[in-house]
Amino acid sequence: MKIQLNNKIKAALTTISIALFLILVFVGDNVISSGSSWRMLITVIEKGSIFALVAASMNLLNGFTGLFSLGQAGFMLMGAYTYAIFTIPSASHDAVYQYFGGGIIKWSIVEVLESKIGVVGHYLGLFIPIIFAGILVAIVAYLIGIPVLRLKSDYLAIATLGFAEILRAFFQWNTLGPVTNGSNVLRKYTTYHSAIFPVVIAGICITIILLLLNSTYGRAFKAIRDDEIAAEAMGINLFKHKELSFVISSFFAGISGSLLAMFQSTISATPFTTQMTYEILLIVVIGGIGSISGSIIGAFLFIACSEWWLRGLDSGSWLGISSDLMRSGFRKVIFAIMIMLVVLFYSKGIMGDKEFSWNRFVNWWLTRPQAIKNWPNKLKSKLVSKKKARMAKSDAKARLKQEKADSDYKKASGTPLFTPLPISDQVIVFDKEGK
Amino acid sequence: MGFLHTWLPYILAGIAVGGQYALIAIGYTMVYGILRLINFAHGDIFMWSGLIMVYLITTLPLWVSIVLVILFAIILGTTIEKIAYRPLRTAPRMSIMISAIGVSYLLQNFALYITGGLTKTYPAIALLQRAVSIGPATTKMVTIITPFLTILLVFLLVMLIQHTKIGMAMRAVSRDFETSSLMGIDINRVITVTFVIGCGLAAIGSVLFFSNYTGINPMSGAMPGLKAFVAAVFGGIGSVPGAVLGAFVIGIAENIVKGTGWTTFSDAFTFVLLIIILMVKPTGLFGEKDIDKV
Repeated sequence: MKIQLNNKIKAALTTISIALFLILVFVGDNVISSGSSWRMLITVIEKGSIFALVAASMNLLNGFTGLFSLGQAGFMLMGAYTYAIFTIPSASHDAVYQYFGGGIIKWSIVEVLESKIGVVGHYLGLFIPIIFAGILVAIVAYLIGIPVLRLKSDYLAIATLGFAEILRAFFQWNTLGPVTNGSNVLRKYTTYHSAIFPVVIAGICITIILLLLNSTYGRAFKAIRDDEIAAEAMGINLFKHKELSFVISSFFAGISGSLLAMFQSTISATPFTTQMTYEILLIVVIGGIGSISGSIIGAFLFIACSEWWLRGLDSGSWLGISSDLMRSGFRKVIFAIMIMLVVLFYSKGIMGDKEFSWNRFVNWWLTRPQAIKNWPNKLKSKLVSKKKARMAKSDAKARLKQEKADSDYKKASGTPLFTPLPISDQVIVFDKEGK
Repeated sequence: MGFLHTWLPYILAGIAVGGQYALIAIGYTMVYGILRLINFAHGDIFMWSGLIMVYLITTLPLWVSIVLVILFAIILGTTIEKIAYRPLRTAPRMSIMISAIGVSYLLQNFALYITGGLTKTYPAIALLQRAVSIGPATTKMVTIITPFLTILLVFLLVMLIQHTKIGMAMRAVSRDFETSSLMGIDINRVITVTFVIGCGLAAIGSVLFFSNYTGINPMSGAMPGLKAFVAAVFGGIGSVPGAVLGAFVIGIAENIVKGTGWTTFSDAFTFVLLIIILMVKPTGLFGEKDIDKV
């Protein structure tokens, strides 16, 4: 018995759940005091949505276009810096750029707009640098893409990884200090005031990615992923589409970088290492390569585990277990082992390459009681088949042993080694030494 | 003479670093030649062998610990291959690469946990630390030893590949994976031997490298690893002499860049070189032309 929901119900369900989620975030943000342990929930939602966006952008590239790119951290870094540089209030410039004479850029977009059009300008001043950061990153990605996207899978991975490192070195370059503050942190820039801000921005961006994937461009991307040569034969311009996917992905990585800058309220180039790219990639893998909804779920799970649920592993006791082993860093070890298990035994991730659908969701829940009832039987049959396989294996081993013993006996007793096979399964035997 | 006076120290340092990169790069190039996999964990195996040395030297004599470090690297490498790469042999290439990245992530985080994120000081090996002066430059003994040791080891390796049965099997497998398995070559054995050689050389490389740069932290394997991979690409992936030549070129170029005062960009330069090479001659210096059949 499968339930098919009609489109109206599905749309209603989507709207309701999004509205509920936003209300929850909004209320939670205002109700939960910063001392409460549930405050972590809001932090996870903020950071989770930022990482959901960057994971979705990476998935667009890796999962949908089949380009194994590892430059996401570099683009995030650039987005974060661009946002921060243009929103430091003029009063704080001397404090932030203390080693570089107050920096070159003496104004902040937020302040300029606020003085012109008031409160609306303030919020507009938050949006414009974000978009600007995205566009700047996209332009850089376009330029990087021209040489890099001609490379094949592994080479592309290393080259993009390399460019991310170049970007990191560039932003720490002392000569650029008056703009980027060299290797010192950028701080005191304007950030958002409510946890709902990153959620909404990330939500809009992810929706755009989803719409893009369902357009002709998205289909072209998937065609390139599945078979480049066939796609080219169908008249898809490979380079143009790869470049498009790369630029769009980088645009959203830049936006998520600027959101991350807002979330952290200080930014420096140091944490944007290859390890960060690996983490984003692992989020994509956990969620399922080729599923945007998987990336979102993966991001929230990843952030919730690393920031909240597994935190106790670092501080000595977790779920009532306490041990001397649990000291700083243990959480990440456990986490990495969990990820390896996912990669090895559950390589499809949570969603595989399917998107979330209300039909599947509802039917999954409806079949749970039956599935739970059937579970012992299923387990039993699994055990039985395993036992059979083991027995077959040991049988084969015994037979092999017997055969070897036979041949050894024949060798010892001088009977010819080679006995002709029965006519029915005769095979051609190459003589090893016969040249 | 003025020129030599200024540049000799950098060139010497470059040759030394190049030799150390070469020892890492061989692991990359051989594994890539056979499995078509960038072993992202290779740099971390290198880092771990350095780390193990730090812990072993506190209780054991020098030579014993060097041997144990090499053994450790070999066991670590082959175990990783067995657990993380072998089950995915028939899986798409992207999954095995992701598995490699996962292993690298695990090794880095485990090192972070063990060291507590602190930079450890590599033990000073008296023989390697002795000061030597060549002309106008004063340098450590390790700088002199590295290139000779590297070339000796590479010579032995090339002999092994060209003149032994297992070497022949390796060449066959790197030429065509499936056909060679049809010809009765035990693929798994060849791959294990490849990992043994690669990791052993990386461990030797780590002794030399960290005698030169004494600070060792969980991230100190990542950069040399990437550079060694670039070296392998430069020389033509799959080719051992190519990787060695590439490593020397990158080591020297990097140190000359440092010498001109662009230290921030010495890492970045390597990747610029990679992209130039891939644009101009994608197969590298000694690489064989790879023809994709539809």
